[in-house]
Amino acid sequence: MSEYNFAYLDEQTKRMIRRAILKGLAIPGYQVPFASREMPMPYGWGTGGVQVSAAALTPDDTLKVIDQGADDTTNAVSIRKFFQRTAGVATTEETEQASIIQTRHRIPEATLREDQILVYQVPIPEPLRFLEPRETETRKMHSLEEYGLMHVKLYEDISQHGQIATSYAYPVKVEGRYVMDPSPIPKFDNPKLEMAAIQLFGAGREQRIYAVPPYTQVVSLDFEDYPFEPTKADHACDLCAAADSYLDEVIMDDAGGRMFVCSDTDYCRSRRAAGHVGRLGTEAPLSTGPEAA
Amino acid sequence: MHPLLQVNNIRKMYGARIGCTDVSFDLFPGEVMGIVGESGSGKSTLLNCLAGHLDTDGGEVIFDTRDRGPVDTLTMSEPERRMLGRTDWAFVHQHARDGLRMSVSAGGNIGERLMAVGGRHYGDIRASAVDWLDRVEIEENRVDDRPSAFSGGMQQRLQIARNLVTGPRLVFMDEPTGGLDVSVQARLLDLLRGLVREMGLSAIIVTHDLAVVRLLADRLMVMKSGHVVETGLTDQVLDDPQHAYTQLLVSSVLQV
Amino acid sequence: MYVAVKGGERAIDNAHAWLAEERRGDTSVAELSLAQIREQLKLAVNRVMAEGSLFDPDLAALAIKQSRGDLIEAIFLIRAYRTTLPRFGHSHPVETADMACDRRVSATFKDVPGGQVLGPTFDYTHRLLDFKLAAEGDLPEAPTAAPRQEPTPHVTSFLRGEDIIQTEPHSDAAPKDITREPVAFPADRATRLQTLTRGDEGFLLGMAYSTQRGYARNHAFVGELRIGTVAVEMEIPELGFAIEIGEIELTECETVNQFKGSKTEPPQFTRGYGLVFGQTERKAIAMALVDRALRWRELGEDNVGAAAQDEEFVLSHCDNIQATGFLEHIKLPHYVDFQSELELVRKLRREAETSTAQEAAE
Repeated sequence: MSEYNFAYLDEQTKRMIRRAILKGLAIPGYQVPFASREMPMPYGWGTGGVQVSAAALTPDDTLKVIDQGADDTTNAVSIRKFFQRTAGVATTEETEQASIIQTRHRIPEATLREDQILVYQVPIPEPLRFLEPRETETRKMHSLEEYGLMHVKLYEDISQHGQIATSYAYPVKVEGRYVMDPSPIPKFDNPKLEMAAIQLFGAGREQRIYAVPPYTQVVSLDFEDYPFEPTKADHACDLCAAADSYLDEVIMDDAGGRMFVCSDTDYCRSRRAAGHVGRLGTEAPLSTGPEAA
Repeated sequence: MHPLLQVNNIRKMYGARIGCTDVSFDLFPGEVMGIVGESGSGKSTLLNCLAGHLDTDGGEVIFDTRDRGPVDTLTMSEPERRMLGRTDWAFVHQHARDGLRMSVSAGGNIGERLMAVGGRHYGDIRASAVDWLDRVEIEENRVDDRPSAFSGGMQQRLQIARNLVTGPRLVFMDEPTGGLDVSVQARLLDLLRGLVREMGLSAIIVTHDLAVVRLLADRLMVMKSGHVVETGLTDQVLDDPQHAYTQLLVSSVLQV
Repeated sequence: MYVAVKGGERAIDNAHAWLAEERRGDTSVAELSLAQIREQLKLAVNRVMAEGSLFDPDLAALAIKQSRGDLIEAIFLIRAYRTTLPRFGHSHPVETADMACDRRVSATFKDVPGGQVLGPTFDYTHRLLDFKLAAEGDLPEAPTAAPRQEPTPHVTSFLRGEDIIQTEPHSDAAPKDITREPVAFPADRATRLQTLTRGDEGFLLGMAYSTQRGYARNHAFVGELRIGTVAVEMEIPELGFAIEIGEIELTECETVNQFKGSKTEPPQFTRGYGLVFGQTERKAIAMALVDRALRWRELGEDNVGAAAQDEEFVLSHCDNIQATGFLEHIKLPHYVDFQSELELVRKLRREAETSTAQEAAE
């Protein structure tokens, strides 16, 4: 696709996005408005993440794209293909090999490094949105640090359900200042938000970019007597026997038979390659390359 | 003793019409000031100016803050004013639904101010909520019900609990008994009088109902057409009104 | 041995191949040309240009063909293409008073200088299916008159002369560009109008209709509706003066609305304004009504809580490309979120059952 600029967006637009990213990194957790462009994929399908990745990519980068933790889900395939065509960058399914990872709904299980960037696709960047629909009001609440309402929501959860009934997109406070939506990752992933890699969040439709710099404090909101609890299915992976990874539940047959497998497909693959075998698993093939399309 | 609140020359215009003008008074700790007058006399405008809900066209509202001493709240930064609004100040609206979150449980409504100032222990917050429900005579087992399931009088009592839970030093009340049945009004007044005495609250109460000020207010200000026409101790003003308008008001000739 | 679903890439490629086949349909039927779409489905082309924010009938025709007639999909193609175009500069404001009008009607005066010109309108056609169109055939030529040479003054300019309609403040300030700066609230009128002109026709129609039915009623008369072509002029830095770079077709609607007057203003009429690419009159009228409803604050009117008065509500939800993307994204896999909800609900149910069992035992 030589008729398009490197990574689709023109250089002016990429500079504008980079300025927003830098501002976001300077004010961790603050939502920076940016003039989101219309991308050739629908709003809500990762246009924010794609624009952030496009602005961050260099020709030497190696890109990994995951959706629900997996490299082979259709939208991940589609976005990876988009950058192969418009930027010609190397791609990988191995977390270890990637310099930029675009993700939807998961943080990889493997510990990320300082030389890696994790780009999140964000549908609704405003953590207060479902408590207060008005942008004018929520911006004021952030600027004045009026976050009492967020705890009222958690209070109501406990009074009704006996526990905090938020299981994904669990709100966090960044560096003691801004309350932030970590995108719809399961709350199991929240503790990983304090990491060595740069984390960038892009919301295309809502025209916001925000960021968490390396080693930034990220605290999940809770009560002293009802502390935050990262949870997952109480099983081990049926393929690789991992007991520490987030699991997908797969319905196996009409009788309702189920199995649990790692949602992070690369993590599962590398564990099987290292010889771990789960309840229903056999040893994995040695090849790790992506399938020929 | 320092005044808790010093009001100097407050003025508010609506175009060419006077909202209120030349209003000055001091309020001392533990004192309750009543502001009476008919509809359109400027009493609600004045209250909203004092509480920072309306911009003024002149004057000062100096509050004796805990950390900085006397500060003009009209020129205070917004974060500071909002902080005051959820700690040392409270505002009781005439209509409870303006002062409550109708989709949040009674416990959540009372707990909000505690959480806004950093309360992070669910058990403690809930215990305070239950304690306050008791103090405003609402049964403990209603703690998880939403205010929409409450009667008008209960909603008003819940609003008062929600406001007083952080132990404010100054309470603004706008017709707190307006819109309630007479029997319900009496019970609410009784409750308010108890709380004001017990907590040593300072308050500014706007009402058109002389019975309310007779029972609650130490001092009285009578307003007409945006001006204060008479001030004094409540008994003095009500029993020996000097201004013709006050005389009219007291003799109940005026249907207000 | 369980094997996780793979082959996303092949599935996508195959789906696209099938789509292409469906797009073409029965190959024994002649293929549609872009010229046919551009000439014979002109109103569809206009809508795609207007909401795609790009005046190019040929590209719009291509987008309609590619999208199989799904106009929102076609608008989406145009918007995405538009992103890649370099920006050379901006034109002078177009002068709609100089429009070469194909159609120009006023509902407020029986006759006005410049006349009432019906133009190519569906109005007054009886909506009966015309089976003659099913058979192909030549048309008799429509009668023509000599085009009017002099400018056609705006109807509202006559009301201005009498000082009976509100004066719009003049400004030479460059308006904000919503494609270059994110919309912030409260938004100024230029920002609102830009957002409305590329907003979804159906959404604006519904909003405008709601004002007519009493949700922020402002009783609009169509002061004037005009459709025609205007010249686009642009300053060329190398030349130092403006030259005409082309012509575009526009629909402009100005409504004349009631206004009771306020403490500072005597009673007078106010306006709502709609300006849209191409012949798009339903959209232009709807836009004018919604514009007027959104002006309650500057005109000192009450906010009656109607949806059409709510700037954040209207502007945040009128863009069909944003709306359709977000609506349809719920088709994407959400099984990670769903899994966490599944576990939570199971846990809550377990706890509820345990406590019921305990109560029963006690």
